Amino acid sequence: MFDTAVIIETVVKAVIVVAVIAALAGFATFIERKVLAFMQRRLGPMHVGPYGLLQLAADGIKLFTKEDIIPQNAIKPIFMIAPVIAATTAFVAMAAVPYFPEFTLFGYTIHPIISDINVALLYVMGVASVGIYGPLLAGMSSANKWSLLGAARAVVQMLSFEVVSGLSVLAPIMMIGSLSLIDINDAQTGGIGDWLIWKQPLAFVLFAIAGFMETNRAPFDTVEFEAEIVAGYATEYSGMRWGLFFIGEYANMITISVLVSIIFMGGYNAFWFIPGGLMMLLKVSFWIFLFLWVRAAWPHVRPDQLMWVCWKVLMPLSVVNIVITGFALL
Amino acid sequence: MPKAFLERFEKEVSIDAYGAYKLDASLILQALHVLYQNDGYTFLVDMTAIDYLHQPSALRRFAIVYLLRDRLFSNVITLKIDVDETLAIDSIASLFKSANWAEREIWDQYGIHFKNHPNLKRILNHKEFIGHPLRKDYPITQGQLCHKSDDLMDEMTPRLKRKGIESHDALMFLNLGPAHPASHGTIRTFVALESETIRCAISEIGYLHRGFEKSCENHTYNQIIPYTDRLNYCSAILNNIAFAHAVEGILGIELPDRAQFIRVIIGELSRMIDHLVCLAAILVDMGALTNYWYLYNPRESVYDLLSKLTGARLTNSYMRIGGMSHDLYEGFEHDLHVCLKAIDTGVGDTLTLIEHNRIFHDRTQNVGIISQEEAINRSLSGPNLRACGVAYDLRVNAPYYHYESFDFDMALGSVGDVYDRIMVRFEEIRQSKRIIEQAMKRLPQGAVCVADRSISLPPKHEVYGNIEGLMNQFKLVFEGVKVPPSESYRAIEGANGELGFFIVSDGSPKPYKVKVRPPCFYAMAAYPSIIEGGMIADAILSLGSLNIIAGELDR
Repeated sequence: MFDTAVIIETVVKAVIVVAVIAALAGFATFIERKVLAFMQRRLGPMHVGPYGLLQLAADGIKLFTKEDIIPQNAIKPIFMIAPVIAATTAFVAMAAVPYFPEFTLFGYTIHPIISDINVALLYVMGVASVGIYGPLLAGMSSANKWSLLGAARAVVQMLSFEVVSGLSVLAPIMMIGSLSLIDINDAQTGGIGDWLIWKQPLAFVLFAIAGFMETNRAPFDTVEFEAEIVAGYATEYSGMRWGLFFIGEYANMITISVLVSIIFMGGYNAFWFIPGGLMMLLKVSFWIFLFLWVRAAWPHVRPDQLMWVCWKVLMPLSVVNIVITGFALL
Repeated sequence: MPKAFLERFEKEVSIDAYGAYKLDASLILQALHVLYQNDGYTFLVDMTAIDYLHQPSALRRFAIVYLLRDRLFSNVITLKIDVDETLAIDSIASLFKSANWAEREIWDQYGIHFKNHPNLKRILNHKEFIGHPLRKDYPITQGQLCHKSDDLMDEMTPRLKRKGIESHDALMFLNLGPAHPASHGTIRTFVALESETIRCAISEIGYLHRGFEKSCENHTYNQIIPYTDRLNYCSAILNNIAFAHAVEGILGIELPDRAQFIRVIIGELSRMIDHLVCLAAILVDMGALTNYWYLYNPRESVYDLLSKLTGARLTNSYMRIGGMSHDLYEGFEHDLHVCLKAIDTGVGDTLTLIEHNRIFHDRTQNVGIISQEEAINRSLSGPNLRACGVAYDLRVNAPYYHYESFDFDMALGSVGDVYDRIMVRFEEIRQSKRIIEQAMKRLPQGAVCVADRSISLPPKHEVYGNIEGLMNQFKLVFEGVKVPPSESYRAIEGANGELGFFIVSDGSPKPYKVKVRPPCFYAMAAYPSIIEGGMIADAILSLGSLNIIAGELDR
């Protein structure tokens, strides 16, 4: 049934998504440096290009041309493939994410989603959990104790928070009755009052906290926190292999922002005079900004405290939330 | 006066020319027991040895000196024993835990053996080093090249055994440092981990050892001042003051009031920036990155002021024996006001970010606890000891430079954890500001150096104007200040704790021996026991909160 047009369309979309998100991930690093700088009473990058804008290009060139060092005792193939897993899964997860409302171009209706599968949410979370293999394999193959500690932290924390994010998102799914992100979006067409955040505030908070954890952002940045475990699983990486981890992390950040915006904040529905596409951009930007703001404001938690929060606070809360939602639906 | 001690050892004790209690080496442990239990001398300030090789009047070549403080911390007594040909005396590590490292240092530097010491090995010098560098017959220029690193298993295995851990299978051994992002310099802590919990820890220091004390013996007193800058480089001026203060004590001179007030003002300013560095660093170690700039920007403004005043940012060398190199500049008060205001704003902003932050509380409270008794027994001092609730501040207990006339509070903690150590420092910054403001109001006019021309340089118009002035300058610069024979210890309250110098002078312009009491040496010695049982993340914070400065630690 596959006709050529669909294949071509999908390939074009995939290329566009990867290119745009990779570029945005790069740009997010620049925004991060600038936003943090202004919060910290300094200027941030200023020397390369106007307001340091070309710093981005300079960093990119540096990453691509840097020597790729592989430690002698490392398990070479695994060491080499680990960052690829991290980056690939981050991008593959985006295949089922809709970014904008559909629009018409030259008389051809375009759905800005690579594949509208009916279990989109499950797919995204499933692929994201495969992403754990990136840090895990990197840490175990590096032949470095800091890497090993980082990998252990990464796996324990990501696995734990997968439970929280999975359970917390279950309640909205129960209300809507679909795992497709387009359906979830379409369920919130009636303006701000229709956003799921009002019906599921607890699920929203839990999912957001889990999002911070899964993207390794402060205050849960224990996986590669340099004051404690040097650079965690990425200690031995250099050049573009390290860059792949980096891009993966930022791509994850964007994915989580998109997910939260769609599930809880009305997605890409138009609001007042603002078109849906712009709304989506605003929401995602707000989330990215929030990630940075939190990083500037709060210290890190300790790994065991993180586990405590996860299993003794967030997990029970998300279960309670499901039970309450269940009764309410009955 | 140690009454019980003098009664008990009435016949055996004699008082030497410099006020030290002399005792037979075999009695030292008993004597310290009596002093500890009956007279309340529970704080071992410092321990060192003296090599009398070039002083033929001495009967024995080596003597060991013990400096003790009583419970009020105001009185220091000196105990001195001669070491016989066997070069071995009893260890007092069973009584004072702080003596453990102090005795290792004496063994390392002088080659005096301590019987029953739990772990007598080198501490500052490399394990392959041959000879004992502070002995007078060790040539000052003789360097040695040592390569092999110490795996420290000779300490780790017995220590683990004492904790009941025989098998190493479940443990991961890890070096925290010497080149670790959070080791603040070159400090190595070797830990045995069970998952992330530290079961056993051992610290190795000496990576920054550069023979400060040996170099001192080859320089005139005023030439040593730039070296003292490099001890605790975060508050260089306080080191200057401490050294000059100790030498002035031997000379028996009192500074003009203006000089004393300037020392108070600049010293407190240094204390503030030292605390700022410590706080900024520990907050970065906690991931609260923004506070770094909130605290470091005001520090920069202080450095601008100091470079305007002294010509250097970090290593100021502003003090001289008998005063300071020059008076304050015009407009100093305005600049000082700007700095104090900047510090106030920075500290205020930081506190709004962390003071009521749950993550900050969870990370710091009940972490890295050290109890009062333990802290005193381990000779902790300064903010680290005050965080345990011990009211010990030399500015209050043994005031100098008119500190008794200033209105300020001593900040005390209650638990002795990381949180207390941080908050004590925040409060001390505020109190230092109060002292500075009072001192500026009362700052008298007058000279900034003593008028004695054998100590301080003549004014420049005399040097260029007449031959006596020129001769005076020439003699002082070429020969240096002659300091009468003495063995004396004098301390000030440094930013990190009690910062004292034990100086042996022989009447020449160069000291016969200088021993600095670096406050972080004892804090570092306590560090392994503080972090055992905690996690890696806690160990990092504990290190930051003790404010270990490698320059002072390793000398």
